Amino acid sequence: MTIKQRLFYILRTVIKYASLLAITFISILPTVSTVITAFKTKEEYATTNVMAPPRSWAYFSNFVTAWRDANMGLAFRNTLIILVFVLIGSIMFAAMLAYILSRFKFHGNEVIRNLFLFATLIPGIATQVTVYQIMHTLGFINTMHGYIILMMGTDVISIYIFIQFFENISVSLDESAIIDGCTYYGVFFRILIPLLKPAIITCMILKGVSTYNEYYMSNLYLQNKTKFVTVSTSLYTFTGPYGNQYNYICAGVIMTILPALIIFIMCQKQIYSGLTQGAVKG
Amino acid sequence: MSQGKHLAHIMGGLMGKINTAANKDGIIHRLLKWLRSGKGQRTVIIITFMSVPLLLLIVFAYLPFIKMFEFSFFNMKYIGERKFIGLDNYRDVLTDKEVMNSLKLTLYYLVGSFVQLALALYFATMLSFKTKGGSFFKGTIFFPYLISGIAMGFMFRFFYTRGFVFDTVLTWLGVELENLPYWLRDKGVNNMALVATSVWKYMGQNMVLFIGAIMSVDKDLYESASLDGANRWHQFCYIILPSIKTIVVLNMILSITGSLSAFEPPYVITGGTRGTSTFFLLMHNMAHRHQKVGKASAMALILFGLILIVTIAQKLIFKYALSDSNEDISKKTARMIKKQRAKEAQQ
Repeated sequence: MTIKQRLFYILRTVIKYASLLAITFISILPTVSTVITAFKTKEEYATTNVMAPPRSWAYFSNFVTAWRDANMGLAFRNTLIILVFVLIGSIMFAAMLAYILSRFKFHGNEVIRNLFLFATLIPGIATQVTVYQIMHTLGFINTMHGYIILMMGTDVISIYIFIQFFENISVSLDESAIIDGCTYYGVFFRILIPLLKPAIITCMILKGVSTYNEYYMSNLYLQNKTKFVTVSTSLYTFTGPYGNQYNYICAGVIMTILPALIIFIMCQKQIYSGLTQGAVKG
Repeated sequence: MSQGKHLAHIMGGLMGKINTAANKDGIIHRLLKWLRSGKGQRTVIIITFMSVPLLLLIVFAYLPFIKMFEFSFFNMKYIGERKFIGLDNYRDVLTDKEVMNSLKLTLYYLVGSFVQLALALYFATMLSFKTKGGSFFKGTIFFPYLISGIAMGFMFRFFYTRGFVFDTVLTWLGVELENLPYWLRDKGVNNMALVATSVWKYMGQNMVLFIGAIMSVDKDLYESASLDGANRWHQFCYIILPSIKTIVVLNMILSITGSLSAFEPPYVITGGTRGTSTFFLLMHNMAHRHQKVGKASAMALILFGLILIVTIAQKLIFKYALSDSNEDISKKTARMIKKQRAKEAQQ
């Protein structure tokens, strides 16, 4: 290597790591400042700079207050129930539909595929004006089952991930099972579902993230906050009486982020690959 | 036999059952026999597996859409009288000053998303090559994507408050506090501040997508390119960019529809005050705060029309302009290099 090349290489490395460190700083700054503030007492918060570290990292009183006042115990329980049912339902329905669309040739197959694709163009939140009326007619407002059914609805990305997956599983597998006396239901539940595991994990991650973070519709359809509060709507508690008492608010925010962080650290790889698959196919 | 004929068959069977009670046993018998046959089973599974997803699609996507179309011609609230007013809602929307202002905001979000894509491409390229602590960097840049909108709202209201996080960091850099604007209040900067939060949230997600695409490039290409004396910049221009062109263009087009329907940052951070109300937020307030359901429906349909136009343009671009690049230029280059190598080996 000549000296010029060497200098160029060093310069490039410096720029690379400097830019990476800068973006990392920006990425974590809002979260870090939130964590710092969550550990401060009321007086500390009022008197010190927001970026000054708290006196004690073991001051958990804000968390306790936020947990109790925002009714987070109930919020986590409700969100867990919603997650379980929505994930099972939406993934089951998506897999069933994908099975039919990829394995059976019948009139209307193409039409149904396009119906689902076209639905993605309809701006979701915009139609809530009329969805609200339909939910009202069905008696689904302020009920867990109503909200769960709504959230299960059309999940086009999952459908496409499953179709992609089915197309990579040989049809001869189905055929030989049918010849052995298996019904179509048997083929689907006993043979294909176990093979779909990677696709199911991908869809669980994508749908799980969006369901956990969903707040617009839970705010609209689960208005009874004392009974049907979810993790994201529980944070709304802090808008009223807390005003600018950010030491409590930050503690609440951190507690809602924590589960996401833990899951993220545990299954980073699956989350990345799930996202990549979902985006390319969708 | 076609699906339609099967249905006709069942329907016919049912009608027969009602009409001719005398013939009852024969028809039920035939129906059961048909259900046990291969074709019958096939029809039954198609109907049972498809009915629920289709029902959900119709009830929560198409029915609301059709009703919205209907509402857009009425002057109405959620409850009470409604009056047919033809296209007046559309005219009102298109001549509304606030609406025009909100469409201008779309440009802010569009510029923001291009900055976001450029940053994502830069860091994706960096992290695709060997980097110390690569997965740590990747994780921290990506994580904001997993933070819920409402949590983000609180975080950034705190972040941008006068003298708080952002201002503190800027004073560390030597800026005087008096010279700083109120980030969420001053009309010159508040929209940029909001767009920045959206970039903060979604840049990492774009980056992960790009890394995925770059990883699928043939590794031998880099090696042979560097043997031929290509530097990193050449590698980026001639190997990486051509092979991920499709996904980059797709994301550029998606950012147009994304900007048109930008909603979250102003909704959770400023509530749309002081000129930060985007088209989508305006529509939300129209429907839920002012209860002008008809006008909100007209807005939704105009937005839908715009999204439809962009989507059709996207399909056309991919069909005509990008059709040959779909075949992956990097693969072509790889083939060329291999041929050349083979020639050299022969000589």
